[in-house]
Amino acid sequence: MAEPTPPAEPEPPAPEGPESSESSESPGRRRVLAYLLAAPTLAVGVRFAADAVGAQEAAALVPSPPQPENLFDLGDLQNLVAAPTSGLITVQVHTDGTASFAVPRAEVGQGMTTAIAMMIAEEMDLPLGKVRVALADARPELLMNQFTGGSNSMRSMYLPVRTAAAVARERLVSTAAAQWGVDASRLTVESGVIRHGTRSATYGSLAEKAASTTVRAAAARLKPRADFTVLGTPQNRIDALEIVTGRKKFGMDHDVPDAKPTMVRRPPTINGTVKAVHNADAVLRMPGITDVAVIEHGVAVRGATFGQCVDALRALEVTWGRGTVDAESDDTVLRKIKAAALPMVVPPLLTKKLDAEFTFAFASNSPLEPDNAIADVRADRAEIWSSLKVPIVAQQDIAARLGLPQKAVTVHVVEGGGSFGRHLFHDVAAEAAEISQKMGKPVKLSWSRTDNFRQGRTHPMCVSRVRATYALGNVLSYEQRHTGAQTDFGHGLGEMITSAAAKLPVAGNLTFAETIFQLTQSTPYHFGVTTQLLNEVPLKFNTGSMRNIYSPNVACARELVVDQLAARMRKDPVEFRRAFLKDKRLRAVLDRAAEEGDWGRSLPAGVAQGIGVHAEYRGAVATLVEIDCRPETVNRKIRDGVGGPRVTKALMVVDAGFAINPRGLEAQMMGGFNDALAMALTSSLHIKDGLPLEGSWDNYFYTRQWNTPLELRVVIMPSDSEKPAGAGELGVAPAFAAIACAYARATGTLPTSFPINHGTLGFDPLPREPSTPQSPTDGLDRAF
Amino acid sequence: MASHTFTLNGERITVEAEDDVRLLWVLRDLLGVTGPKYGCGIGVCQACTSHINGKAFNPCSVPVAKIAPDDEITTIEGLPATVGKDLHPMQEAWLELDVAQCGYCQPGQIMTAVAKVRRAAAEGREIEERDLDEIRNICRCGTYTRIREAIKAGAKNM
Repeated sequence: MAEPTPPAEPEPPAPEGPESSESSESPGRRRVLAYLLAAPTLAVGVRFAADAVGAQEAAALVPSPPQPENLFDLGDLQNLVAAPTSGLITVQVHTDGTASFAVPRAEVGQGMTTAIAMMIAEEMDLPLGKVRVALADARPELLMNQFTGGSNSMRSMYLPVRTAAAVARERLVSTAAAQWGVDASRLTVESGVIRHGTRSATYGSLAEKAASTTVRAAAARLKPRADFTVLGTPQNRIDALEIVTGRKKFGMDHDVPDAKPTMVRRPPTINGTVKAVHNADAVLRMPGITDVAVIEHGVAVRGATFGQCVDALRALEVTWGRGTVDAESDDTVLRKIKAAALPMVVPPLLTKKLDAEFTFAFASNSPLEPDNAIADVRADRAEIWSSLKVPIVAQQDIAARLGLPQKAVTVHVVEGGGSFGRHLFHDVAAEAAEISQKMGKPVKLSWSRTDNFRQGRTHPMCVSRVRATYALGNVLSYEQRHTGAQTDFGHGLGEMITSAAAKLPVAGNLTFAETIFQLTQSTPYHFGVTTQLLNEVPLKFNTGSMRNIYSPNVACARELVVDQLAARMRKDPVEFRRAFLKDKRLRAVLDRAAEEGDWGRSLPAGVAQGIGVHAEYRGAVATLVEIDCRPETVNRKIRDGVGGPRVTKALMVVDAGFAINPRGLEAQMMGGFNDALAMALTSSLHIKDGLPLEGSWDNYFYTRQWNTPLELRVVIMPSDSEKPAGAGELGVAPAFAAIACAYARATGTLPTSFPINHGTLGFDPLPREPSTPQSPTDGLDRAF
Repeated sequence: MASHTFTLNGERITVEAEDDVRLLWVLRDLLGVTGPKYGCGIGVCQACTSHINGKAFNPCSVPVAKIAPDDEITTIEGLPATVGKDLHPMQEAWLELDVAQCGYCQPGQIMTAVAKVRRAAAEGREIEERDLDEIRNICRCGTYTRIREAIKAGAKNM
């Protein structure tokens, strides 16, 4: 199928003619504009559009003026920069009756492709199974519109995708009407078939006739929400069958000619370098091995199988240079962070005060699929395949590193086996390109699991200090000082901030990290004078955003303090929150959670409930959990794992605005819960002399079946909102807070260090060298 | 280099490989069978879980030379044929409950689930919460709740 021709210099769209076919439609239907593109079959292109920025109300008690996040959040930032710069995104209709769309986003399990397909199916009146959604290659002309992060995809794509689909439907209908010589308003459409009396025509039969020979603007009206039959209904993932049959292709499953397995022997400290390789020739003669090459942070080997690459990288004898944090360990980093905390400013005169400090350990954002990329670098061009959330930045950077023009580098975005922040960075793709260039051959690079934990991206250690003052039944001030090792935002979000700086409601000359902190953080309570500030220590760890960035830590600290304040003021935690919450949506989810979760029910000693609330991405969540901290539960024996306290029941009540796919929303909330459970109780990195000790999933204790709640329920609140909120990260912070609050109540002690088991190293670390462990040979002994 | 002959997804195959190459790489890199996923290579994450003679195992932890000519290896690709259908009841349950998110771990989860249910059945009992708690397969997307529900649902139709 030929690509549609985009307009060279698009004029502001003007409708192509009177909207005769729409005359009978209700006046409330929103009119939208798109471009008919010159193409062999119908192709409709549309610009991204900025979402409206809506302020929230604040009132009563000791009012806290809206914080920046209330007025303008990270998603609004992304929408703002998207507006003036975008190229076109295009829905195409094919002769087989399908519609296709190449979405400029990454799919990493969040269900974005399913939701996009639902939007197209809805506006076109086409069965979901006839919509094909692929991931677009890097498209430099889209600038910042090709960025997957900040739980923003639904918020930014909802209007443009529906617009293109609605215009496509309109064009198909008017084509059929012209063919039959009847008024378009008299035609009906069902499941991709247009009918008038006894006549019918499929979309497929009209795909060529409806195509335009020139680029021109066209209009249509969007369906009102009341007419939706797909959007807002629970739908299964469009790739579910491919997944359960093993046919879904992830990065390493792609067959690129001669791209042989490639792995890297890595240094024993983070970002170490190679001083000398002593036996490259001998390793090159090992079975299956074709190439050995020194790269920036290690020595790459290429061979017939990944197993032989493991053998080869382990056999290498390397003298290593220093890394970037060789002298750092957990305790040295913690000292630096504590020393860098910004001071509190409210003087506690004539009031009572509450001070608290919470420490959060380094955590890994590694997905289950080990980092990987395929690269085929030639003298004059390069081709990359990888799961990338910011593929344009990857393309720019890889081109610069290879010494090629940007347009000579083709970047394919492949389906990712999870991301959790990891795929914001393209370091793995850049490394694959470096190796391919040095070896002069295509490579299929995979990091080992141990590489991922030890040299991959981390959510940095941080300390959150809170001071609240209170008197006469009111909270008069709330100050939070969040301090951490630096989070790396050098993946495109920084460029967004620079380009939009003048329009952001944050004052002064803030760093990228401080700006993001201000655009994502707010306190939902009327706690009088409220300030939340971030300071970061510039340490050279490989850091990055992890699902929900700062919020899980900030909200956990906040909600623990809220419980403490409630106790000091002799109020029930739910009553206290209800009294001080600013936002009625948060009060509504709180009340629903308390009611459905049977708040306050009688539980045995050592078992307790906890509740946490959080609003972000224009959504609101309350989470209620019950945790069992009795010794027989905490001390249960798990082979090569941790038991610890068990959350037995969890309830998440979410208001996500218009829930595009309630089944997908529920899945995102459940996933967020299990992330929160791990962060609160079990999973962390222990840094020792410049390297995390964790090297396996039996060291990094992400939630396992023996940890997950026996009952986990998600309630989706009805919403009359027309707009979807961001949902991919929304569940993490309130769940973390609820688990921490429940733990405090069950044990009668305020936890101040997370995860709670961080103080005990629950495993024997893998050796620092060689960097990847050998695979066992006794697998048959463990068959069951 | 040696020849290794065994049955893979109902088909007799012979593959040339060094004796110590783990079966996972023989399947993925030499035979192009990519349903079993690499997640750790050390028998921890269980993403490569497949069946040998009906029992769940990790191909990442078995040298190909240990596979005997009369061994039957079943990967996710061959699971439906073991019941003579287009989909195994466990796969149908997975679809019904829309378990997957990214999907990377799910072939291994399904192969583990089938083996767990078979073992419980061999012991003359239904699958229980304690069986589900024993499952070691990582799902980094956190689909554990739906996995538990799907295993109970799939077990009813096995």
